[in-house]
Amino acid sequence: MAKAHVTTTVNGDEYEFLCEPQQSLVNVLRDELRLSGTKEGCSTGDCGACSVMMDDRLVCSCLVLAVETEGKHIETIEGMGTAENLHPLQRRFLEINGLQCGICTPGILVAAKALLKKNPNPTETEIRFWLAGNLCRCTGYDKIIRSVQAAAEDLRKDKSNGNHS
Amino acid sequence: MATILEESGFNPDADLKVVGTNPVKHDGLDKVLGRAKFGADVYLPGMLYGKIVRSPHAHAKIKSIDISEAKKLPGVKAVITGADFPEIPQGSGWGDMSRTTIAREKVLFDGHPVAAIAAISEQVAKRACKLIKVEYDVLPHVIEVEDAIAKDAPILHDYMRTKGDEDAPDVPTNICEKMVSKIGDIDSGFASADFIVENDFDSKPMHQGYIEPQGCIADYSQDGLVELWTCTQAPFVYRDRLSAILKIDAAKINVQQSELGGGFGGKTGFYAEPLAIVLSKKASAPVKMTLTRTEVFRGTGPVSGTKSRIKMGCKRNGKIVAAEAELYFQTGPYTGSMYFNAPNAMFTRYDLPNIYIEAYEVVSNRPKVNSFRAPCVPQIVFGVEGLIDDMAKKVGMDPIDFRLKNAATEGHTTIYGDTWGPVGFVETLEAAKTTEHYRTPIKSGEGRGISCGFWFNRGGETASTMTLAPDGTVTISTGTADVAGSRISIAMMAAEELGIDVDKVRVKMSDTNSLGFNRVTAGSRTTFSVGMVVVDNARKCIGELCRRAANEWGVAEEEVKFENGEVKPASSNVGDFAPMSIGDITSKTTMTDGAIVSSSSMNVTGAGPGFGVHIVDVKVDEGTGRVDVLRWTVIQDAGKAIHPLQVEGQLQGAAIQGMGWALNEEYIYTQEGQLDNPGFLDYRMPVASDVPMVDCKIVEVPNPLHPFGLRGVGEVPVVPTMAAVGNAITAAIGIRPTSLPMSPPKLLDLIEKRDTLYP
Amino acid sequence: MDQVRYEAPETLDAAIALLSDDTTASTIFAGGTDVMVQLHSDLIEPEVIVNVKNIPDLIGIEEIGGVYTIGAATPVAELQEHKEFCEAWPGVIEGAELIGSVQVKGRSTIVGNLCNASPAADSVPPSIAAGATVNIVGPNGKRKVAVEDIVTGPRQTSLKKGEIIVSTTFPARPPHSGDAYLRLTPRTEMDIAIVGAAVNLTLDDLGICTTARVSLGAVAPKFLLVEECANALIGTRVDKNALYALGKAASDAADPISDKRGTRDYRVKTIAVMTLRAAERAVKRAREN
Repeated sequence: MAKAHVTTTVNGDEYEFLCEPQQSLVNVLRDELRLSGTKEGCSTGDCGACSVMMDDRLVCSCLVLAVETEGKHIETIEGMGTAENLHPLQRRFLEINGLQCGICTPGILVAAKALLKKNPNPTETEIRFWLAGNLCRCTGYDKIIRSVQAAAEDLRKDKSNGNHS
Repeated sequence: MATILEESGFNPDADLKVVGTNPVKHDGLDKVLGRAKFGADVYLPGMLYGKIVRSPHAHAKIKSIDISEAKKLPGVKAVITGADFPEIPQGSGWGDMSRTTIAREKVLFDGHPVAAIAAISEQVAKRACKLIKVEYDVLPHVIEVEDAIAKDAPILHDYMRTKGDEDAPDVPTNICEKMVSKIGDIDSGFASADFIVENDFDSKPMHQGYIEPQGCIADYSQDGLVELWTCTQAPFVYRDRLSAILKIDAAKINVQQSELGGGFGGKTGFYAEPLAIVLSKKASAPVKMTLTRTEVFRGTGPVSGTKSRIKMGCKRNGKIVAAEAELYFQTGPYTGSMYFNAPNAMFTRYDLPNIYIEAYEVVSNRPKVNSFRAPCVPQIVFGVEGLIDDMAKKVGMDPIDFRLKNAATEGHTTIYGDTWGPVGFVETLEAAKTTEHYRTPIKSGEGRGISCGFWFNRGGETASTMTLAPDGTVTISTGTADVAGSRISIAMMAAEELGIDVDKVRVKMSDTNSLGFNRVTAGSRTTFSVGMVVVDNARKCIGELCRRAANEWGVAEEEVKFENGEVKPASSNVGDFAPMSIGDITSKTTMTDGAIVSSSSMNVTGAGPGFGVHIVDVKVDEGTGRVDVLRWTVIQDAGKAIHPLQVEGQLQGAAIQGMGWALNEEYIYTQEGQLDNPGFLDYRMPVASDVPMVDCKIVEVPNPLHPFGLRGVGEVPVVPTMAAVGNAITAAIGIRPTSLPMSPPKLLDLIEKRDTLYP
Repeated sequence: MDQVRYEAPETLDAAIALLSDDTTASTIFAGGTDVMVQLHSDLIEPEVIVNVKNIPDLIGIEEIGGVYTIGAATPVAELQEHKEFCEAWPGVIEGAELIGSVQVKGRSTIVGNLCNASPAADSVPPSIAAGATVNIVGPNGKRKVAVEDIVTGPRQTSLKKGEIIVSTTFPARPPHSGDAYLRLTPRTEMDIAIVGAAVNLTLDDLGICTTARVSLGAVAPKFLLVEECANALIGTRVDKNALYALGKAASDAADPISDKRGTRDYRVKTIAVMTLRAAERAVKRAREN
């Protein structure tokens, strides 16, 4: 079997792996690198559970070939925060109950973070359309949207207080 | 056996410190960090990957299966077919279940498993699947109910006769069961009616749509023990069913539930699990199996599609006097749809003197149906609440007033024979009337609909343990699943009873080795039932804490009391003893009688019925038939909301699931009987930009049989949804849709029909 | 899909050489949003996957005198971020924006949307209405082809073995021009068009339509460029009567199939409505320019 050797950076750490040319990035993240925070819900780019950042662009990792990530920078949910230093989105999702079962949550958090980086003050409609590619079946989206709104406000306040972390 | 707490201790005036607040759920942190372990998130040493070969035909005899080429492929460790499963006669419950798992004589739906493979990688397993050669003898198939009950319909099972129908001729049929329910005399009921409304309704199957595909890992050890890690709503039910169809002692199967990535009823029955176990046994290695989304749609259970005729009559004053229905439910290839819920629930919430219902369960070449919130009820209530609105219009009453006029209250005896204690239907309707939403006039060009729903709420077998650690913290093991936040609610009830901070309590979802049988987490039973056993355990632990304190102080047990998390002398006459916290006592168990633990097992009864009212505003694009849902409010009696944010989450999620079912979600089949939309692209679940915020108003009419007065909340909020959307659309376009989903093409046809009828 | 090879050439010549090899089944991989799905559902079983994103000729957005040339592997997200292009061709952007979610648009390309050759592709009707052309390079040299001449039927294109689309060119726009694309889907996002309609028109100083191009999607085996629709608008003020005639011409031109996404009858009815609404939107834009 002709496997490809790939070197890529995930959450700031350099990883090397072997993969078959047709293997998807989500498959390698989970089964080879054992970063199982990224979820696979459909493998067709329709549910967004596998959302990651690749070179600062939000993508579905099920639609990316693992082999093409050579030299690229990937960010997954595992790199977003820690228990002691939660990202405001993570904190607000917890407080506002923006998650129920939690399977869509990693993808939604990664996608929402990408939105707030691009648009720090999104309207409800802008949040809804940005997250249209992230299916959630538990919440009816209400508390997800509210969590993103609250986190956006936190981040804006942080920024105006000169805290850019 | 205990079925309920001897004294619930429910006190409407209790000064609750934890119950009714919104602490962060303990399982949340790992979920936002990506650390929570769901079904597909476990990897074991030496693990293989399993894949399933599925039938491309809706109905066919299996002539032969050739696995020789697949077995030869390097990396393939085991190949199994139906022949590797214990023989259980067809037509029996276990026989049907075993055949749903893997086909034997025939394949009965597109996607029916026929073989499975375990290999060293997913890629190798996939390649091996293509090397399995199955020869089929394709048979005529039948998909829709009306075709399945037709005289010359292709028959799925030659042995099938209609259960519950003595008049049926002794010939094969696709009707599995008939059920008749009645109250009073239907003919005289209609004879006394001033207005009669009647319509035919139909609905398509919808899928539960959980975002986590089924994932499991099975490890069959050399001495015959099975360890199964899986995402399930029913670890104990899985164990016992696996035991029955695989003929393995239940005690030798240990099911450990993972975090559950959504279930909604769809993970109450297994799919790949038995295959993984048999593959693991054959390959002598752990086998992981994860379904693809396509497999989820083709191979796992949606809800029953239905066809119904419903007729209702009322007096000029708005009193309903008669209700009649004929209902047909798809069940997939085998019986077991829970269709009986529909006759029991469809009219229940109204006080009706005369009811007659005939319900039928019908097999066809579709995947076996599975539960979904309030199984088999919402799609029938769609028709009922539509007719209720039609009657309200005929008598010229406000739709909520019309429902209030007919609302059942405490003391009502239902069609299934129960007599109700305190119920909150009237309070829920009245609360709906006072919402800002209902009082705000609708804009021109928009339509508003309201609808109501009822669910029994359930109890059932529930077992749990409570362990007090030396530092005074508390561990609770439950055998129910946490489908969306029950762990925090359970911890809160324990904390309330024990008088401690909720963060000192941890709830763990147990494996099946460690606890007694727990019924499936379904039917809105978990927080209610586990609440019972957890309070029972807390009281037992408190009793023991008091005994230890009394011993230490050298006083009688009656002379101490437990208050706000401390044991103290019952009065100043007892002596001057400093109060002892739970930790003060548990830290000394090494010098007393050992650890303080408690176990409780009940077959819980006493669940209080639940009611909800939904108000929905829509706008219909008359050029295309497309519907925009503009506003949605849910009003529901929770008895007592333990964690109000979680309750709201249940109401909001159910509303939007129902919206999808109402507008676009359906199973579409090709002429050949293959599922044509097995993916999220064409199975159209609502996305974030499709929906409005969902406002919630929680009504609290306590259930006095529960220590905190709670009622289940998970099923009720889906029951009224499609009817509420349907009534709103009717108000908007002036003609009633009767077919679910109310998709744009159907609505455009209706709009054109309206323009011909009323030019 | 037993032995798949992955190649990421850095020059057009290398890519063409790989794609021209008659002995191997190859697939071009740019955004990958269609190819990945087809690959994993065994709809395609290539022996070599040719990632073209490392070829500089295929990346970027260039404007010279109002003429835009978009590299074929440029993701839609970059197009959306290009303010001037968005202002010049709002209808093209409306189509491109409907190619899936934000995640998908981070990868997908309008040329991929075209070459996937689904009659429901959202960015194609507005590109046809815009009068866009694609620049093709192959073993026999270069050629320019109008977008409407690429797709010949479902999953079929006029591209020859070894040929690759390098870029798409959008012409410069006269003043008082406007374009729009509207599609019909049951949901707001994440759907495939039941029907789609693009209108591109130019008005004179008096508000009279001088040129128009109307392209329809998902109503025939290939995209339609409907002259009768254009004629319904040209010479009018795009008033009620013109719009009605436009809608009728769209319905008349439609020859759709019935499938899981919509019936023939429903498509014929709604293409009129969507074309009319797209024209209203396009003319509003033209009047503002």
